[in-house]
Amino acid sequence: MYPFTYHRPDSVSAAAKLAGDAEAKVMAGGMTLLPTMKQRLASPGAIVDLNGVSGLSGVTVAGGKVTIGAMTRHADVHTSAELRKAIPALADLAGWIGDPMVRHRGTIGGSVANNDPAADYPAACMALGATIVTDRREIAAEDFFTGLFDTALEQGELITKIVFPVPQKAAYQKFRNPASRYAIVGVFVAQTSAGVRVAVTGAGESGVFRVKSFEDALSKDFSAKAIEAIKLPTDGLNSDIHADAVYRAHLINVMARRAVDAAK
Amino acid sequence: MSGTGIGARVQRKEDFRFLTGKGNYTDDVNRYGQTHAAFLRSPHAHAEILSIDAAAALAMPGVVAIFTGDDLAADKIGGLICGWMIHSKDGEPMKAGAHPALAQGKVRYVGDHVAVVIAETLSQARDALEKILVDYKVLPATVATSDALKPGAPVVHDVAPDNAVYRWALGNEAETEAAFAKAAHVTRMDIVNNRLIPNPMEPRAAVGDYDSGNDAFTLYTTSQNPHVARLVLSAFIGIAPEHKLRVIAPDVGGGFGSKIFIYAEETVCVWAAKKVGRPVKWTSDRTEAFLADAHGRDHVTHAELALDAAGKILGLRVHTTANLGAYLSTFSSSVPTYLYAPLLSGQYDIPAIYCEVDGVYTNTAPVDAYRGAGRPEATFVIERIVEVAARELGKDPAAFRRQNFVTSFPHQTPVIMCYDAGDYGAALDKALSMADYAGIGARKAESARKGMLRGIGLSAYIEACGIAPSAAVGSLGAGVGLWESAEVRVNPIGTVEILTGSHSHGQGHETTFAQLVSERLGISIDNVSIVHGDTDKVQMGMGTYGSRSGAVGMSAIVKALDKIEAKAKKVAGFVLEASADDIDFKDGKFTVRGTDKEIDFASVALQAYIAHKFNGQELEPGLKESAFWDPTNFTFPAGVHICEVEIDPATGVTRIERWTAVDDFGNVINPMIVEGQVHGGIAQGVGQALLEGAVYDATGQLVTASYMDYAMPRAGDLPSYQIGMTQTVCPSNPLGIKGCGEAGAIAAPPAVINAITDALGHEDIAMPATPLAVWRAIQKHQPRAAAE
Amino acid sequence: MATVSMSVNGKLVSRDIDPRTLLVDFLREHLRLTGTHVGCDTTQCGCCTVHVDGKAMKSCTLLAIGLEGAQITTIEGLAKGQELHPMQAAFREHHGLQCGFCTPGMIMAAVDMVNRKGNHLDDQTIREELEGNICRCTGYHNIVKAIHSGAEAMGAAK
Ligand SMILES: Cc1cc2nc3c(=O)[nH]c(=O)nc-3n(C[C@H](O)[C@H](O)[C@H](O)COP(=O)(O)OP(=O)(O)OC[C@H]3O[C@@H](n4cnc5c(N)ncnc54)[C@H](O)[C@@H]3O)c2cc1C
Ligand code: FES
Ligand code: FES
Repeated sequence: MYPFTYHRPDSVSAAAKLAGDAEAKVMAGGMTLLPTMKQRLASPGAIVDLNGVSGLSGVTVAGGKVTIGAMTRHADVHTSAELRKAIPALADLAGWIGDPMVRHRGTIGGSVANNDPAADYPAACMALGATIVTDRREIAAEDFFTGLFDTALEQGELITKIVFPVPQKAAYQKFRNPASRYAIVGVFVAQTSAGVRVAVTGAGESGVFRVKSFEDALSKDFSAKAIEAIKLPTDGLNSDIHADAVYRAHLINVMARRAVDAAK
Repeated sequence: MSGTGIGARVQRKEDFRFLTGKGNYTDDVNRYGQTHAAFLRSPHAHAEILSIDAAAALAMPGVVAIFTGDDLAADKIGGLICGWMIHSKDGEPMKAGAHPALAQGKVRYVGDHVAVVIAETLSQARDALEKILVDYKVLPATVATSDALKPGAPVVHDVAPDNAVYRWALGNEAETEAAFAKAAHVTRMDIVNNRLIPNPMEPRAAVGDYDSGNDAFTLYTTSQNPHVARLVLSAFIGIAPEHKLRVIAPDVGGGFGSKIFIYAEETVCVWAAKKVGRPVKWTSDRTEAFLADAHGRDHVTHAELALDAAGKILGLRVHTTANLGAYLSTFSSSVPTYLYAPLLSGQYDIPAIYCEVDGVYTNTAPVDAYRGAGRPEATFVIERIVEVAARELGKDPAAFRRQNFVTSFPHQTPVIMCYDAGDYGAALDKALSMADYAGIGARKAESARKGMLRGIGLSAYIEACGIAPSAAVGSLGAGVGLWESAEVRVNPIGTVEILTGSHSHGQGHETTFAQLVSERLGISIDNVSIVHGDTDKVQMGMGTYGSRSGAVGMSAIVKALDKIEAKAKKVAGFVLEASADDIDFKDGKFTVRGTDKEIDFASVALQAYIAHKFNGQELEPGLKESAFWDPTNFTFPAGVHICEVEIDPATGVTRIERWTAVDDFGNVINPMIVEGQVHGGIAQGVGQALLEGAVYDATGQLVTASYMDYAMPRAGDLPSYQIGMTQTVCPSNPLGIKGCGEAGAIAAPPAVINAITDALGHEDIAMPATPLAVWRAIQKHQPRAAAE
Repeated sequence: MATVSMSVNGKLVSRDIDPRTLLVDFLREHLRLTGTHVGCDTTQCGCCTVHVDGKAMKSCTLLAIGLEGAQITTIEGLAKGQELHPMQAAFREHHGLQCGFCTPGMIMAAVDMVNRKGNHLDDQTIREELEGNICRCTGYHNIVKAIHSGAEAMGAAK
């Protein structure tokens, strides 16, 4: 690691001020940031630790919406009884992230802000039509994820919470990379009053994306059969030693069908 | 059997310290005033070093020194060696390219050692690394095994202009030709044995220390064989003469072969300790382990099996290209030759075998012994081709194996080995019944109903362990003898210390060796301690690998215990006023035959030291004996493993549903520990078959350089195992032990692949059979099965 | 340099550290608690697992400076003198360790698993929950057995 100055603010506004410095990086769980720094791939001049800021964690369900504070740990999302009633698919998804130790520390805000193309939460945000709330504005998931490790966040802008509309039914199916256990393909399917939304993570060259053809077919007929014959184009899909684009395209279909079957 | 003697499931004595965090691994060692080393590694697979400018780095805070290959050369520090001479078919000695600990003029793989920074802290050493300026002229690289011998392939070492280290052969070519000429059926296969990265959980580490008052060095290091390390560092590399160099291998967190070898980093740390006048510590991070620990396997093979009309095997012909990487690591040359081809007969009576092996250089990390070393590669060839032959002939694979088993012993194979004892049919019967082989049809049908594919695969392996008779390996080119030493020190109050040249890095010697002593001397295992891993304490030893600690290491202890008993009888004779010939020793008591006179072991020990009851001129006081055991043959553990898999054709995911292992290890000292060795071996074998594979890209960059891309077997990837045993006693050592450390890793890969190919209905799949590979294999041959 | 204070195995400790200090280095280098091991650079192997405020975490991926006031338990804090914690005893009884390098992390993860999932664990749950702990020696068979039995024993000891 390179040297840095360490700050531990106790309020969002203090944190945002410190994070406004172009050299600074905020740290939530550190489960992505610290490994990158350890490998000397990132060299922030200052770390703004959000763990001292109160009021950023917790899950609340009200008025057909689930609100999850940015600092809520994956483990707490996974085990929230209220969430399990409202959007079981999201609670399940959190249980698929990393391992128990990573889930005790990593946060939803950090995951969403990081927008790793193989991360799980972005698929849920896109499929459920979540709103990312920051210290200064609200951003629709659609506008938030702008590309590989890229988001609409400005320097120093902090995610404070994420709001998920409760769907009628939803499910997430993940096909894990045998080595890293991140998603090779993760498909989140949500049936909402406005139609079906299908979001895919792990597969896209520029991160999470929606599958229009699946959405149209499933909106008409919410059954695995309805999408079975739809072949996805391979352009824009990743190829690596674990999965090439053809296999990923195929897996998206398989995982989507399994998600439809599992949706509740 | 006593409660803690031979054959008992004794809980391990060493566990308390490991369970409570009190183990003492090399990275736990800190010396007063120590500095930290970090290595600058080549980012290129092949390049000339035009210049190294360390001026800016030297000026960085905390930097104590920076050394390059020139500094080692100026101190006349020799290169790393390969200790086994292999001769090509034409009699030419192998072509060993120079292997300096820090590069001289050229780098030959990504991770190769260019320079070392020594600094006050590790962070400072790493900061300074980034400031060293190296001007490289990048050269084209030879990467793939199958490309190395192609005309025009970039040359790795000038001494081997065609990249061939050797072109070696074993067996009888003419007889094998004749066998094929009269064959009714020939099975042919191309087989790749995937390259693996060993990954013991404890990374390598070294702390070098220099005592200027005595002009003496100490090296603490993660070694499976500290005495061999000392021998090589002293006699070949020239750090210091042996009596001025102490090598200590404290607790070692797994080795699997990769900690046998003498590497650049350890060499540099101990040498540099004198240069900087302070202790120098280095601990590998995992990325460095991926890049620069010796890798394993990496064979490309064509094999052919000749059969008569009745299905009897007539001959086997094998050609293998073995990738040895960029330099010859310590024992690398022997692995694809003498540790490989002599095992190609498997459990079968094969009248004629001929095997050619081309060892090749490539611009990749050195390849050397990894759990099983050559024997898994041989077993994969024979157990795959036998399976495929059975299928081609429409025979049941179990029955086909049985038809060709060796059934009488001793059995001389056409490839050196003389199998001394075994009962292969018994293991097969037991395994088939434990695995419910007869019921597989129903289970396949049940899977099919769920849209899944089920398959079953056998592997009837044999291995040659307990390496090895020194004169025999010497005649095959080994640079060392492969005996083992032991010293038994009985203290005056009857407690015992066993000094052994074997080294435990997970095998539980502190327990099994103590069980042996407890059984022999009739004392509690709590009164026995095992001393190993320190060249100042143990005089000499060859270390632990090749499943040799039981068969060879314990045999040496037995020999020393025999001497102890003989001497103690003499002492007892004086005390009991009887002739030593009339003394019996049993259950810890010396008795005078035909009388009720007796004395216990501890009292005899005391008498031996106080020496009041005998004349010190006639009988030396004290009770301490040592012995060297040189084995008379290899030992031949064998067994049958059966793997049952279920494949999801929609995703290509393979799940192991059942694992049955029946092994014959001869006599077993502690079944609990032996079963643990089998479990661990199977996991590594399954890892090779399903998950693990080192991948270099076309330019020689290692793609799988962390756990993000190199898939290690986790608990969820593996089943629980059903373990059974059969027993034929090994005739070549006093305990009848055969060895168990490598069996699982040898047996498992073909069992898995035979099961997968059974499920798929064709043979076209390579290791690792990842979901992608399996799915592709399904697509290629059964396009319709793809649709769920 | 900055000062951090925390409780480690029930003892209050306070040290001046470089902010870059990872918890694992704080434990190993500053406190000489070398039972917590480092097996990887990518937060995957679990050799470094400790409990932070009662929850298992990977000490290689936590800044010590951020743990002001935290309660840390390491492998050295489990046994009472010569008396092993039930999970440690179960690992010994079932031969759940060979080289011992992964063992401290395995045991800390196992105790945490029981804290979360209760005393009656089936094999599949245990295997899934070990996602973040790699062992190269044992093939996991005996680790699974040990955790199963250690979980029961922890229940009985309550
Ligand atoms: C072994 C391992 C396995 C993993 N497996 C998975 C997996 O399967 N699926 C998966 O999705 N993820 C996985 N992860 C990543 C994990 O989910 C991380 O927790 C997550 O990606 C980052 O969250 P964090 O809280 O740790 O963020 P940090 O690492 O602290 O921060 C990540 C980035 O987000 C920024 N950031 C953090 N919080 C905020 C905020 N509130 N506002 C603005 N910016 C912020 C930081 O500046 C940084 O750039 C894994 C991680 C590890 C170590
Ligand atoms: S060292 Fe912490 S997870 Fe590997
Ligand atoms: S016991 Fe050696 S890594 Fe687990």
